[in-house]
Amino acid sequence: MKELKVEATIENLAKVFTFLQDSLDKCEMPSKVKRQIKLCVEEIYMNITHYAYNPDVGPAKIGVDVVGDESQSKVIISFADEGKPYDPLQREDPDIELGLDDRPIGGLGIYLVKTTMDNVEYEHKDGQNVLTIEKDFEKNSG
Amino acid sequence: MNFEKTNGGNTLTVELIGEVDSMNTPELEEKLLKEIEGVTELIFDLKGLEYISSAGLRVLLTMQKMMKAQGSMVIKNTNEEVMEIFKVTGFVRLLNLA
Repeated sequence: MKELKVEATIENLAKVFTFLQDSLDKCEMPSKVKRQIKLCVEEIYMNITHYAYNPDVGPAKIGVDVVGDESQSKVIISFADEGKPYDPLQREDPDIELGLDDRPIGGLGIYLVKTTMDNVEYEHKDGQNVLTIEKDFEKNSG
Repeated sequence: MNFEKTNGGNTLTVELIGEVDSMNTPELEEKLLKEIEGVTELIFDLKGLEYISSAGLRVLLTMQKMMKAQGSMVIKNTNEEVMEIFKVTGFVRLLNLA
C-alpha cells in the first residue's frame, strides 16, 4: 500500500493528484475508471479540507492499494483525518428531480462518490475519521 | 479555458478544456462573473473537457441560474463521460444540452 500524508489544504490537492497518478501508474486500468477514481478522491479530499478542521488546518492521510488477479482487480483508497467526528455518508442525498429554481448549488460531491464507487464505508477509529472507497475493474478493457 | 465574445458582446462562448477541478474553478468563476454582464447568450463548448468535479458542476449551475434571468445558456459537445455525470446528478434536467 502507498500512503501520503499532507496538510489538508486546497493547494495540496495537486500533491494528492500526483500521488494518485503515481500509485495507479503501473495499473492496467481503463482510463474511464481512473478518472472516476480521481473524481472521488478530489471530492473526499476537498470535503476534509472544508470540514475536518475548520477554521484550523490539520493532516489528511490517503492510502492506495490495488488487489486482484490477472483479470479482476479492485482499488481500495482510504482517507483518514483527525478532525471532528463526521460521517459524510449520513448526509442526505440531493434531490436530483428538483427543477432549476429549487435546486441548491452544491451538495453533490459525496453523492458522486456513492454513485460511482462499488463500496464506500465510514468508521471513526482511534480518534480518526476513516472513509474507505472501493472500485472494481477489469484489466485491459479500455 | 477560452473566452470569446461575439455578436456585439451579446454572445459569450466559453471553451472548457482539459480538467475543471477545485483548483481552477475559482479562476473560472471569477472570469465568468466579470464577463457575463450584458451577455444574453452564454455557450459552453465542452469538446475538450476531459474531467469535471462537483466544483465545476457548481459553476455551471450558478451560471444557468444567472442566465435564466438575463438570456439563455447552452452546453455543446458534451462527451459520454461528462454526460454520465450530468445524468447521475440530474443536471440533464437543469441544463440545456445541445
